[in-house]
Amino acid sequence: MNVLLFVVVPYVALTVFVAGHVWRYRYDKFGWTTRSSQLYERRLLRIGSPLFHFGILLVALGHVGGLLVPESWTDAAGVSEDAYHVVAVGLGTLAGFCTLAGAAILVYRRRTVGPVFSATTRNDKIMYVLLIGTILLGLGTTVLGNLTDHPHDYRLTVSPWFRSIFTLDPRTDLILQAPIGFRLHALSAWLLFAFWPFSRLVHVFSAPLGYLTRPYIVYRSRDEQMGSRATRRGWERVQ
Amino acid sequence: MRVMAQMAMVMNLDKCIGCHTCSVTCKQAWTNRTGVEYVWFNNVETRPGQGYPRRYEDQETWRGGWTLNRRGRLTLKGGGRFRKLLTIFSNPKLPAIQDYYEPWTYDYETLTNAPLQEHTPVARPKSLLSGKDMAVTWSANWDDNLGGSPDHGDKDVLLKGIADKVKFEFEQTFMFYLPRICEHCLNPSCAASCPSGAIYKRAEDGIVLVDQDRCRGWRMCVSGCPYKKVYFNHRTGKAEKCTFCFPRIEVGIPTVCSETCVGRLRYIGLMLYDADKVLDAASTKDDHDLYEAQRQVFLDPNDPAVIAAAEQAGIPRDWIEAAQRSPVYALINTFKVALPLHPEYRTMPMVWYIPPLSPVVDVVRDTGYDAEDRGNLFAAIEALRIPVDYLAQLFTAGDPAPVDAVLRRLAAMRSYMRDLNMGRDADETIPAAVGMSGEQIYDMYRLLALAKYDERYVIPPAHAEQAHSLEELATECSLDYEGGPGMGGSGPFGEMSGTPTPIAVENFHMLRDRQTTDTIVDPGDKARRVNLLNWDGKGRPEGLFPPRREDGEDKP
Ligand code: SF4
Ligand code: SF4
Repeated sequence: MNVLLFVVVPYVALTVFVAGHVWRYRYDKFGWTTRSSQLYERRLLRIGSPLFHFGILLVALGHVGGLLVPESWTDAAGVSEDAYHVVAVGLGTLAGFCTLAGAAILVYRRRTVGPVFSATTRNDKIMYVLLIGTILLGLGTTVLGNLTDHPHDYRLTVSPWFRSIFTLDPRTDLILQAPIGFRLHALSAWLLFAFWPFSRLVHVFSAPLGYLTRPYIVYRSRDEQMGSRATRRGWERVQ
Repeated sequence: MRVMAQMAMVMNLDKCIGCHTCSVTCKQAWTNRTGVEYVWFNNVETRPGQGYPRRYEDQETWRGGWTLNRRGRLTLKGGGRFRKLLTIFSNPKLPAIQDYYEPWTYDYETLTNAPLQEHTPVARPKSLLSGKDMAVTWSANWDDNLGGSPDHGDKDVLLKGIADKVKFEFEQTFMFYLPRICEHCLNPSCAASCPSGAIYKRAEDGIVLVDQDRCRGWRMCVSGCPYKKVYFNHRTGKAEKCTFCFPRIEVGIPTVCSETCVGRLRYIGLMLYDADKVLDAASTKDDHDLYEAQRQVFLDPNDPAVIAAAEQAGIPRDWIEAAQRSPVYALINTFKVALPLHPEYRTMPMVWYIPPLSPVVDVVRDTGYDAEDRGNLFAAIEALRIPVDYLAQLFTAGDPAPVDAVLRRLAAMRSYMRDLNMGRDADETIPAAVGMSGEQIYDMYRLLALAKYDERYVIPPAHAEQAHSLEELATECSLDYEGGPGMGGSGPFGEMSGTPTPIAVENFHMLRDRQTTDTIVDPGDKARRVNLLNWDGKGRPEGLFPPRREDGEDKP
């Protein structure tokens, strides 16, 4: 059972995540979009969307730090576990609450603004449940963990387990030492990752950083693509 | 010198009767789909009026186009690259649907299935966005023919300086129609605002297009275009804009709006221009000089040096010849009667306008004087400052001199040609008064009044060796894409996801689906019907006719 949950699920999710994106990109470039609903309503979006997005960017950064940087490294850099913990929990909780507040505003908006509601697909609803579920579990674990007993040092359990997945030597024993909240959070995150390529979340990977460096006006020749769609593989023109 | 070719258009506003045929045919061809119900790639506004979307010309609010920064360098008015990325989660300058209008349909079904009752049932307006009842309060041409202008006519952005002088009273008013499409600018700020780099200018013919596969729906182009001619498709989540009907242009036929224009007032032709000079011209300091600066960017297609450079740049021979015969070039540079729309936005627009003389003529005629007499007309152009100032706000960033000159040339043509038509001797002092020769006036008259189809539209086709892939020819089977026929409609990721379907197939499926559903708004993951206004008379939308009899006979 534990092997299933903490070995099989991650690998399946990762495979689906990577393959799904490749497949979606090739099959469905046209559907790859943010599907913004700003046109319908902008007052609530104005507050909710930046709150959510900047929040989640911070959260993502925090996770990269917490999961990928081993505790031994920060120790070596002279940062004590307590200091690290205070900063991480402080920032993490703040970012988490921003994210959650943003998400709450956005969900409220989805439900109450008529046009936005009728533009919500089933796919979106699944995505919302997974995404917000994951955020809630994560935030809940952090906050409750710190309120009750002395906090769990996830950097000795969850993080090494996470890294071990990528070194193809999954250490289920480590994750099993973590409290239930962490395990649930991890599981729902894997589910989210597996669903990711099929949802509108793909827009994360189009963050347009190239805009900072490219020339303003783009010229393209007609010859590159004729007609309204790309030529099918194997049917390219012979020069 | 870097010679490039640009497909351009000129519209002669004197002949526009405001019939909206161009808008309707364009909509039928390109934006009859769900998600773009509110979109008019071609729209016709009555001026003075607010335009579509409402007050789009107020760049202090919308911040579209370019501006010069303190160091005199050209920058996007909406802010630079960093600012764009920081505001990407909620674009602060995006018009809301209410600034365009909320699209609606009518609940026609109640007309046929309401129970017998004392009062006639009515078809209520239903929002196409939410499916709920709605009160219709605005549309793409709500203030058509100055409708309602005593109430909101003063909201016209261009009236800011002269509002107290323009009276919206019946006897004193003036108006004309302004058909608008995307300007296919030489310096498009929509493309410059696109974070993904999905909007591009075609190197061959200068048509500005959105790559639907690369657009990610960031909406910055909508804010960036000062003419508000990029639209957000709220179903597919992608930006869409006027394509200058490129599938038609590529095979040498004019755009749908031009082809169907009742007044035959549109001209299409090539312009050769020097791409190296565009940035300098767009950075001209004084707004008033922008018109002249843009004219200087154009190259004379008869100049041997230009021809040589064009050939070197790989512009085919027949294209150069087409540029020499271009009616657009003649109107802009030879006769100098065409002016750009809002040059002060600094995007170097390429759809130009011949300003209307009719507001002036009308006034002269109403006062009982001879409206074709040169003296009367010239005097009226002098006296009627308000229409002239208004036109100057539109076409020359407020400088009345070029507008004056154009109107005088048009007035001169009127009186000169009247003498000829009446069999009188030509009065050569008339052309001389506007710095033209009698022959030039006659040529201009021919082009403006008589020009036939092939003189109004000089469109060299894209090259034959490429022709088999052009959309309009469709020598490839149009069903040969992955998924095969039946793909039209919705993929698993929302409307029209998956490989785009050829336009013809898409329209077919859409019309069929639309006519066979019976809800007003379907849930987001299904295609939905749009409205009866789009019904083309074919097929049987459910609820419109009583059901067929079982035995298959179709008697009433
Ligand atoms: S008018 Fe057309 S080309 Fe010019 S900025 Fe707007 S959308 Fe772009
Ligand atoms: S079809 Fe021609 S005459 Fe009619 S509104 Fe359009 S531009 Fe004007």
